[in-house]
Amino acid sequence: MLSEGGSFMKGMAMGGIFCLGLSLFGSFSPATEHGPGEHHHHHVKAPSKDELTRLSDGRVLELVNQVRVSCIIMVQPKILVYWATALDTWSKHCDKAVFYTSESSKALEAVDLNEKDDWARLCKALKHAYENAGDLRWFFVAKATTFAIIENLKHLVLAKDPEQPFYLGNAMKSGELEYVAYESGIVLSYEALKRLVNVLEDEEKCPERGHALWAMSEDKQLAVCLKYTGVFAENGEDSHGKGLFNSKSVDSLITDSMRDNPTNVVEGCCSDLAVTFNEMSPNQMQVMMFGVYRLRPYGHDFHDLLVFQPPEGSDND
Amino acid sequence: MRNPTSNVIFITGLLTGFFCLHFLLGSNSIKGKRGHFIQSDHHRAAAKNQTPADQSNGTIRILCWIMTMPKYLETRTQHVRATWAKHCDRVLYMSSTSTDFPTVGLNVSEGRENLYWKTIRAFQFLQQHHMHDMDWFLKADDDTFVVVENLRHALSRFDTEKPWYLGRRFSPFIRKGYMSGGAGYVLSKEAVRRFITGFQTGKCTHFSELEDMALGKCMETMEVELGDTRDEKGRQTFHPFPLDHYVIRTPPRRRPWYMIYDFYTPIEGPGCCSDLAISFHYIPPPQMYVLEYLTHHLRAYGYRHRYHPDDKTKSNTTEHVEVQSPT
Repeated sequence: MLSEGGSFMKGMAMGGIFCLGLSLFGSFSPATEHGPGEHHHHHVKAPSKDELTRLSDGRVLELVNQVRVSCIIMVQPKILVYWATALDTWSKHCDKAVFYTSESSKALEAVDLNEKDDWARLCKALKHAYENAGDLRWFFVAKATTFAIIENLKHLVLAKDPEQPFYLGNAMKSGELEYVAYESGIVLSYEALKRLVNVLEDEEKCPERGHALWAMSEDKQLAVCLKYTGVFAENGEDSHGKGLFNSKSVDSLITDSMRDNPTNVVEGCCSDLAVTFNEMSPNQMQVMMFGVYRLRPYGHDFHDLLVFQPPEGSDND
Repeated sequence: MRNPTSNVIFITGLLTGFFCLHFLLGSNSIKGKRGHFIQSDHHRAAAKNQTPADQSNGTIRILCWIMTMPKYLETRTQHVRATWAKHCDRVLYMSSTSTDFPTVGLNVSEGRENLYWKTIRAFQFLQQHHMHDMDWFLKADDDTFVVVENLRHALSRFDTEKPWYLGRRFSPFIRKGYMSGGAGYVLSKEAVRRFITGFQTGKCTHFSELEDMALGKCMETMEVELGDTRDEKGRQTFHPFPLDHYVIRTPPRRRPWYMIYDFYTPIEGPGCCSDLAISFHYIPPPQMYVLEYLTHHLRAYGYRHRYHPDDKTKSNTTEHVEVQSPT
């Protein structure tokens, strides 16, 4: 009997050691860097008011400086009106906004990447943005057909460390791959962009689209490359879990809500602190500037923790 | 010496130890701290309409009456009720017949030709029932969107015991002009009294079917003053058309058709409209909800607005907007 008990104990001990060994070995794998910031959660929530009020004044001041955004806006001459509209509307609220075009236009200035392939163009733009980052640590990539509210983006990433890898937006799934939809804007922290730029050199990990048998859209391609560096797509949400990055327009979302939540249309629709909308016409974007930055009911004060000044030389916000 | 059962026991031990530790390690990684962000529990939104600032303009009682008809109750009026009407101190839906909506039955047939009759009956009803408990009377259509808080703010500088008539001023037909019906107009208590007196004495009559213009004529006859509701920067607050008719940038041009009637020279582009806009017209139901969302919900976090009417020291010379003379 005793020897049997001893056998059992020996077995248990060996099983335990084996298990430990396996988990330690797994975490030392070079492909997935294990660090304190490693997270496989699939959504990132904006901070709640409570969380923000717990921060010290000094900390808040630090965060204001840290949360500056560099906008990477992809344009083409064929969407000239959107290009001009982005220039005149939401891009003014970026700390830095650089327009990247596939080919130059006589009407407007941009960094001419001289590249027709969408994925190659995106890579060039991201590389350029990284090399010219200065002291900016958050990057927002969008086409000029997207409408963004940069202050709300800042609110979302306010308490996040850009030295950690973040890849946020409207997270979607294609088979096993989770990626951020291009149409609703892509947010990258400095660390995520750094890892991406480094892996772009490596043909094996991050192949040019031409080498694949199928043509993957550039946002999925981006997810593949980032995944290789251990950066995963996460859904940007408000403190209630409502998505902040919208692939549709306000009108479309409201119409959907009238159908789905007829007794509570507005509350059931979109977040108060939404970051992006899509499929809006240039005129609708101009109306949005008024709706977001000006139109309000007298007498309501939100006591927001931070203050973002209006951009200089602008008259529509 | 090993025997088969001993091996079995050994293997059982192996598996037990393995899975025990796996479980323990697993639950630790689930708890894994991110180090840079701590999520709190679900808690109520702070971003909804907050309690009003210390302006207790709760002393101004506004009655909103909506001009509607039976066929529009389901398709239009219910969306007014679901959105801005609840911000009025009292709201009445005026129709030809009374229903459980609830609507007030004015005993007037429907139709464009009867609009002024409906208006006259409506004001008679208001004068009979609500002069004691209401200060200001807003008339709106069932496709008008109103920001009642901004109306409240605009009215705060007018005395309801004085004869005031406010809205989007149009210049044709009436010497001093009249207020657009679709954009919504507001009468003070004294203005309502004079309107009723006008009809009682025969000074005012149903001389036209054009409701807003005809009412303007009665206001002129009864010497009710037309107030200027533009904000301190000269920007309009009442709008007879949706926002996209005004705020979109256009190169300088002749007045478009929908601005021909404007008494004050209209501005096109971002300078058209006050941040504290009061009304928009020709708003179908989905746009009602869109405006509700844009006004009361969607905002830019932490944004310091450019326009702060409270900050300005009210100097009555330099900041004051010049009244344009009508052409």
